[in-house]
Amino acid sequence: MNALTNQILWPESSAGTEFDVLKARKDFPILNVKVHGKPLVYLDNAATSQKPQMVLDALTHYYTAENANVHRGVHALSGLATESHDRARSKVQRFINAAEPSEIVFVRGTTEGVNLVAQTYGRTHVRSGDEIVISGLEHHSNIVPWQILCEQQGARLRVIPVNDQGEIELDEVEKLIGPRTKLLAIAHVSNALGTITPLREVIEIAHRENVPVLVDGAQAAPHLKIDVQALDADFYVLSGHKMYAPMGIGVLYGKRALLEAMPPYQGGGDMISSVTFEKTLYNKLPFKFEAGTPDVSGAIGLGAAVDYLSATGLDRIAAHEHELLVYATEALSSIPGVRILGTAKSKAAVISFLIENIHAHDVGTILDQEGIAIRTGHHCAQPLMQRFGVDATARASFGLYNIKEEVDALAEGILKVREVFA
Amino acid sequence: MADLRELYQEVILEHSKAPRNFRELQGANHKAEGYNPLCGDHFTVYLDLETGESQDGGTIRDIAFQGSGCAISKASASMMTQSIKGKTRAEAEKLFDRFHNLVTGKAGENDSQTDLGKLSVFSGVSEFPVRVKCATLAWHTLRAALEGKNDTASTE
Repeated sequence: MNALTNQILWPESSAGTEFDVLKARKDFPILNVKVHGKPLVYLDNAATSQKPQMVLDALTHYYTAENANVHRGVHALSGLATESHDRARSKVQRFINAAEPSEIVFVRGTTEGVNLVAQTYGRTHVRSGDEIVISGLEHHSNIVPWQILCEQQGARLRVIPVNDQGEIELDEVEKLIGPRTKLLAIAHVSNALGTITPLREVIEIAHRENVPVLVDGAQAAPHLKIDVQALDADFYVLSGHKMYAPMGIGVLYGKRALLEAMPPYQGGGDMISSVTFEKTLYNKLPFKFEAGTPDVSGAIGLGAAVDYLSATGLDRIAAHEHELLVYATEALSSIPGVRILGTAKSKAAVISFLIENIHAHDVGTILDQEGIAIRTGHHCAQPLMQRFGVDATARASFGLYNIKEEVDALAEGILKVREVFA
Repeated sequence: MADLRELYQEVILEHSKAPRNFRELQGANHKAEGYNPLCGDHFTVYLDLETGESQDGGTIRDIAFQGSGCAISKASASMMTQSIKGKTRAEAEKLFDRFHNLVTGKAGENDSQTDLGKLSVFSGVSEFPVRVKCATLAWHTLRAALEGKNDTASTE
């Protein structure tokens, strides 16, 4: 095997054919794991997704055949690593339909992406008395960076209210945006409830007032086709690990003009073009925002995940997951004492639920004994939990490899929970 | 289900459904809040602690709690109030150590279960390491209340 020419073979596009979920399951080795002696039923995809063999192979291939530092050496491996890193960036660019690869900044994840924008764009544009608008659906990572910014600059956080179904109140967006609004930050899909927000409308309203919009796309990327240009999003952030890629890699998309005007986030290697003790010239985009040796393998793994999603077809994944959502909603609703939180008309395959008189934590422990992995707690969205007057929910979130039999297992598991507490 | 029955013993389920001393304590002279940021469980522990200097730190004349949490944390809080009432501060601290050893599976030879009395029903928790924080939240809160801290006790 020639180390320098060895290429990973990607599955051929299967567009137009039916989605074969049982075949897809074979791509995820971890699904063979037994938990407490039972087959793993992994329903915690909103926390992190499992990784297909293709992604794992891409990581192994990089470290066994290409590893070297990027943008530095004249030697062959450094060139190869740089090429692979660049190729991964282009794959992500096409995946979210950004205008050019230089608008794709690699970060550690959604959280870092939001913080980057808050501390660069935010610090230069937000002044005392200004306002940042977010929604009541947000994950803590799209709340706290803005609170920190507001504290630093003496600005104020305004919140778009959420209705009883878990949808944002679109009428309120217009009222909240005013001359002092400097940025609007909103989730594409709520991690806690699964609500898909009406992004196009929100962005249109914001742009009418010249307010840029940052979209937290962490929960959308594995489920929906993203087109940042069609959305006209100013910033779009996502995490690789929720879309079948490794942990520790994420993406900040920004419109070129905005990124160009922003100061750097961190100083260090790679983000400079020349340094003297008097003055440093910063590198061009996107490297200006990528100080230090990047997570090259992570980016390559993300590129492989993007290939996997594209080959499988996001529309077919979305259709399969929607079928699971409808099936699971029906199955859980028919169990006495179970209440589903978040009944938005437009939802990703996430079901937050409560069982009468039984705490979510206890539900999680008992389901775990059945091999069923769900998330329990406040889902890093405490203000949203407060909005609904609950401390915690149990959350089942589905991925492309989940099947109806696993929904049945969940429903049976819930009956067992009720039995233990009977 | 054998393991689960070890964890969710009848006594625990019963206490979680009908917690004892579950109220605000009028005339409490010590109070602390406990919070588990990972799951959102939160409790307030109220104490009527004998004042004055004594080597054993004074007697806990009365104890009560309020709040919400899972079955394990609520039952643990409830049973803690029962076993702590009338004990001295030093005895309470010692009992917490024993209890902590029990739920983390570190019970030594000197920690005979008779010392723990009814609290020994929590031995099943040691098989569920992620639930240790649930079982000890009320105890951490008790310790904060005894120390007279007004800040929030946390499992983190």
